[in-house]
Amino acid sequence: MLSFDSLSKTYADGTHALSAITTKVAPGEILALVGGSGCGKTTLLRLVAGLDQPSAGKIALNGDVILEPRADVGVIFQEPRLFPWLSVAENVAFGLSHLSAFEREGLVTNALVRVGLAGYEKRWPRELSGGQQQRVAIARALITRPKLLLMDEPFSALDATTRASLHGHLLSLWEESRPTVVMVTHDVEEAVTLADRIIVMQPRPGRIFDELDNPLARPRDRLSPTFEAAKREVLRSLDRSLRDEEPQQSKAAETAGMWW
Amino acid sequence: MSALEIETSSEAKERPAASRTPRGLGIAGLLLPIALAALWEFLVGAGLANGRLMPPPSVVGKTLWRLAVSGDLLTHATATLWRVAAGFGLGAAVGTVLGALTGALPVARGLLDPTLQALRSIPSIAWVPLFILWFGIFEASKVALIAVGVFFPVYLGVAAAILSIDRKIIEVGRVFRLSRFAMVRRVLLPAILPAWIVALRSGLGLGFMFVVAAEIMGASEGLGYLLVDGQQLGRPDTIIAAIIAFAVLGKLADGLLIAITRPFLAWQDLGRDKL
Repeated sequence: MLSFDSLSKTYADGTHALSAITTKVAPGEILALVGGSGCGKTTLLRLVAGLDQPSAGKIALNGDVILEPRADVGVIFQEPRLFPWLSVAENVAFGLSHLSAFEREGLVTNALVRVGLAGYEKRWPRELSGGQQQRVAIARALITRPKLLLMDEPFSALDATTRASLHGHLLSLWEESRPTVVMVTHDVEEAVTLADRIIVMQPRPGRIFDELDNPLARPRDRLSPTFEAAKREVLRSLDRSLRDEEPQQSKAAETAGMWW
Repeated sequence: MSALEIETSSEAKERPAASRTPRGLGIAGLLLPIALAALWEFLVGAGLANGRLMPPPSVVGKTLWRLAVSGDLLTHATATLWRVAAGFGLGAAVGTVLGALTGALPVARGLLDPTLQALRSIPSIAWVPLFILWFGIFEASKVALIAVGVFFPVYLGVAAAILSIDRKIIEVGRVFRLSRFAMVRRVLLPAILPAWIVALRSGLGLGFMFVVAAEIMGASEGLGYLLVDGQQLGRPDTIIAAIIAFAVLGKLADGLLIAITRPFLAWQDLGRDKL
């Protein structure tokens, strides 16, 4: 169980990135965070990853408060962030240095098959396309069998076809050990394809606007009417979240205008 | 990078042919010096020019040959190389350690960097009298001078390289909970390796510059001594022979450094030949 307890984050420059986030994520649940830019999605993910510290409130995984990166939490970033000086196999095995070379090799081979990159072990990252690099990053994050997987718009830089096939790869890897997943995305279709629950966030300060359960059974057919309906529901909520924000913004603009 | 070097690198087959240096261009670079040498040889040979101050290639070649056969060239070259090697080793080691310290630790940067930057603005030759007083007129003062020359480019290169490591890639190390030591070994060192090698190369180049200075100021052997000797005996051919020997040794040493380090840089994604 991953729980957020009135989590807030204010950066040193005064930016109020997150305010009073409280929610729970069940084991094995896939949670998607959607929302306009600047609503604190990435900040939230960095806090869960232990890369930043919350200003108030806390995040706990199975009761342990998260203050620093943990062995059972995997992260997939927006960019592949592979180590260019390591081969594909060495990149994937980066988190396995406690195992013997033999054990590592077996796991790596299996992981690369799972992301459709069998036979790429000896390649350098620079020889791969963007989509292939992101697949290596997925394999690197999942090979340690994390209990919690965090993804920050992992497919946003890829074309629609590649993205769809990576969704498939990701779900098949997720099936293996069913980690809890928290993902940030700005793609509503992606959220509806992958997530069990979708949280719509609102900016300034970042907060939860709406929580939507996704009732669709897997595998999900993107072309079915129920999928379309679920997608429309999320879009409507997202729309409202942006509209609600507008009056506030114009008020702020007015006040700014009054200053002189 | 010459056309040949690109040919032999492993990724050559994946690069578009247009990115390679055309084979003809490598030879084209030789045309001008060869033509000038031939012209000078002809002018002196035909009596149209006096070859006393600027001996023609054939005379220089003969002098080089004489020096090589007598074993003098080997003696002098060995002495020079030994000094460069010792000074380079010392300067590169200290430069790497201090560069790593000031690059990685803000405290060390605050304490050391201003002083080192101030010392850097002193022309290194200015140290010579002091070094001779401190270390005597023999090898130690020469090695010290070369080490000072090598130190600064290596120090600056390493410190700058560490400061410019991508935060994003360090975060990956943090996510995998690397210890401080593992972070240095598995992330920081490989990340700065290319810049470190560039720093070593410029350091080596300066090492050869300073060995000349050190040997001109007083030595009984070494290629720099050969230069002074040629001047005092009025033998420009000896001077040019020594200059050629310096050029060859410098190029060979740089080539050796490149050859040794190339396997560690095979991962680099370089498209610079195209530019």
